[in-house]
Amino acid sequence: MKLSSKDMLGIRDLPREEIDLILDTAASFKEISERTIKKVPTLRGKTVITLFFEASTRTRTSFEIAAKRLSADTINISASTSSVVKGETLIDTARNLESMNPDIIVIRHSAAGAAQILAGLLKQSIINAGDGAHEHPTQALLDMLTIREKKGRIEGLTVAIVGDIAHSRVARSNIYGLIKMGANVVICGPAMMIPRGIERMGVTVCCSMRDAIRNADVVMMLRMQLERQEKNLFPSLREYAQQFSLNRDNIRLAKDDVIVMHPGPVNRGVEIAPDIADGPSSVILEQVANGVAVRMALLYLLSGGTK
Amino acid sequence: MKKNTVVMDAESVDRSLTRMAHEILERNRGTDNLIIIGIRKGGVPLAERLTEKISAIEGTEIMSGTLDITLYRDDVLTTGIRPPIEKTYIPFPLDKKRVVLVDDVLFTGRTIRAAMDALMDFGRPAIIQLAVLIDRGHRELPIRADFIGETLPSSLWENVRVTVTDDRSADEVVIEEG
Amino acid sequence: MNVVLKGGRIVDPSQGMDAVSDILIEKGKISRIERDITPSKADSKNTLRVIDLQGMIVSPGLVDMHVHLREPGFEYKETIRTGSEAAVAGGFTSIACMANTNPVNDNRSVTEFILKQARLAATANVFPVAALSRGQAGETLTEFGDLKSAGAVAFSDDGNPVTDSGLMRHALEYACSLDMPVLSHCEDRGLSSSGLMHEGFISTELGLPGIPAVAEDIMVLRDIALARFTGTRVHIAHVSTAGAVQAVREAKAAGVHVTAETAPHYFTLTDEALRGFSTNCKMYPPLRGAEDVEAVKEGLSDGTIDAIASDHAPHSSVEKDVEFAYAANGIIGLETSLALSLKLVRDGILTLPQLIEKMSTNPAHILKIPKGSLTPGCDADITLIDIHKAWTVDAGTFRSKGLNCPFDGWNLIGKAIMAIVGGEVRYTDTGAAV
Repeated sequence: MKLSSKDMLGIRDLPREEIDLILDTAASFKEISERTIKKVPTLRGKTVITLFFEASTRTRTSFEIAAKRLSADTINISASTSSVVKGETLIDTARNLESMNPDIIVIRHSAAGAAQILAGLLKQSIINAGDGAHEHPTQALLDMLTIREKKGRIEGLTVAIVGDIAHSRVARSNIYGLIKMGANVVICGPAMMIPRGIERMGVTVCCSMRDAIRNADVVMMLRMQLERQEKNLFPSLREYAQQFSLNRDNIRLAKDDVIVMHPGPVNRGVEIAPDIADGPSSVILEQVANGVAVRMALLYLLSGGTK
Repeated sequence: MKKNTVVMDAESVDRSLTRMAHEILERNRGTDNLIIIGIRKGGVPLAERLTEKISAIEGTEIMSGTLDITLYRDDVLTTGIRPPIEKTYIPFPLDKKRVVLVDDVLFTGRTIRAAMDALMDFGRPAIIQLAVLIDRGHRELPIRADFIGETLPSSLWENVRVTVTDDRSADEVVIEEG
Repeated sequence: MNVVLKGGRIVDPSQGMDAVSDILIEKGKISRIERDITPSKADSKNTLRVIDLQGMIVSPGLVDMHVHLREPGFEYKETIRTGSEAAVAGGFTSIACMANTNPVNDNRSVTEFILKQARLAATANVFPVAALSRGQAGETLTEFGDLKSAGAVAFSDDGNPVTDSGLMRHALEYACSLDMPVLSHCEDRGLSSSGLMHEGFISTELGLPGIPAVAEDIMVLRDIALARFTGTRVHIAHVSTAGAVQAVREAKAAGVHVTAETAPHYFTLTDEALRGFSTNCKMYPPLRGAEDVEAVKEGLSDGTIDAIASDHAPHSSVEKDVEFAYAANGIIGLETSLALSLKLVRDGILTLPQLIEKMSTNPAHILKIPKGSLTPGCDADITLIDIHKAWTVDAGTFRSKGLNCPFDGWNLIGKAIMAIVGGEVRYTDTGAAV
């Protein structure tokens, strides 16, 4: 079995069978991270470059660990977007990296479509680690792996995604993936953060937090970052927390065995109450562990010969 | 037309496994620190049978595990298709253990090389032994089996197919012309 | 040298003509249009050229009232010479160039410079549009009178909207008193400023911030209200939304002096083209939804939209081979505009005379320039069109310096095979049998 594309740019165009393949492979890879010697020789001699134009500790580290556990060499490049705007273009950067002959390039960028530019230009496999508000496929894959592990299935589950949907690549990739896998997806957030036409992606839109999480099997809270949004978008974090935070009171509306997810980093007390983030329903740390497994699976599946 | 020759039927498979179980016990002087590990996929049902037989003979449960060696294969990235990865289950350290690796057919030896590399990542076994149902020759590495069901000289273009399933009456070893 | 154009189908909406006839050009002017003009014995090959145009369309020279020639300041993107060459290659004998150069065309010296460069290029007629406000900053009016006498034909801050409604009012009033048009780039920046593409399902899927259609509609409605209140004329540039079309339609019905133009990409492409993040599909206004495209076609068909202009906006790879978010707005259009617009005729949306009206007569009329007509006595600006010629777009072969063309590789039908400016042949299509 093989992925049909040399790149992993997004979930939208990823067939369901390939999602299953990645999740199955990731499930098998989890055991490696539990060994005393957490390393297999599979990608010996392969080079993985992580090219991050946006600050990120979690995702970059996760990719790096994943690559190292497969014995690949990793090189991390952090570039601030502003310096790139002034100087070398993304295309120049990409061509320079290509000349050093890496095997896989993992890119995160604040501009939607950045990973696609590289994919069209370079023969190497490109993994999108988040492009603007467009897609963050590895996050959706690790979320789906976590849901599948905890619930035994994805099909038929009700998943509520709550927060700034408009600016969230995590929301988009998860919507594509979860709908494809047969889940019912309810999205919820302040009206100005619900993008136009999103119903056409197959989700139900809900403006009330309580309605959104009622009878949910999974509640996925998104990180609220007022400082990164345009001005006048929302009054204040205080207002947001009052209207849209997941807390002891409203979580009772969800199913008893609800799991609570968050892509991190968590704004405690903003989108999620600390006791919920640390509580028995929370699978936030499992998500992080699954992130390594999913990324190992992708590096494995995208590596190697083309015969 | 391809010609298939049945070289072992269910009864002879079972007789061979029984003998091998006794040989394993004899060579290891009992079940102390003994672990049977089947190599995915073909070695897993055979390892289960051997574990069963040894436990029955000695009247004690012995440790067993399964090993997916794909990630250690020397050709894992040279074929276009990524082989599927299945779970490895070795939930105990192998330090000072007497490990019996089990596979269905010993051919080039490359699988066993990969399996030994994999085992080393789980600790430092006291000894690794190899049990195979069929040794068909054509080694490409200096590897030999300690316990052999049957030695079966074969041609390179032939295929040796081992069927061992829960329906034990259907067990067989067949040589298929390539 | 004098020229006889023989046997072409003359389509000249300015005089209601659609007939096979001959045209005699003498001393750079249209001299006669008659059924059969035969060279007299006194004419020799040196004094009279006869061009046989059987099966070809003879149109008054096409006028593109909205182009960016980039000079002065951005000569690496386009110059007045390359832009003019692109114009005649696309069949345009006259073009009006926008003021967002560096320095901005907000004073006599820049206007005169543009006209001088155009004279030196000696290709198409270039009509400078001067800035409406100094530096296009939207604060102080430019010297309309002085700019008019220097040769500017209209005022516009195109590229920037005039946000201050008071300033817009004064511009309309003063320009009208000078009998000069104001061309308005309609955009409410409060709604559009963070946007990168049309706001709708596609922007939602791509995660790109949207520019809502209403950002255009609101400013169109404001400009119409100002034109109505002051009793002046306003011209709406690059109409792209159903709301803007409807607003102009209703205003015209109510007797407001409003005219409007659209560009070929607004009736050819939808926001679907943005999938793949091609920066050659990034422009302002953005490519809209299918319902807007339909409305623009309807507006062209029922006469709401008066003109088709390319909004030719060349950029270099420095501005376009970058992340979508950082890419400059704009596409080139001079060399594809005619073929894309001819499709409207094949699709039955416009008749050929209506199309020529919108690409020649009307824009000349809106800009109040003496163009867009083949009436005897007029300048001999003539575009010869083969409406059946099939060709493939290859932006690399274009005269324009810009490569930012979303139609690269498209198979189109219909092409200008010759452009005559002031009686001089300024462009001949290679391979044309004339």
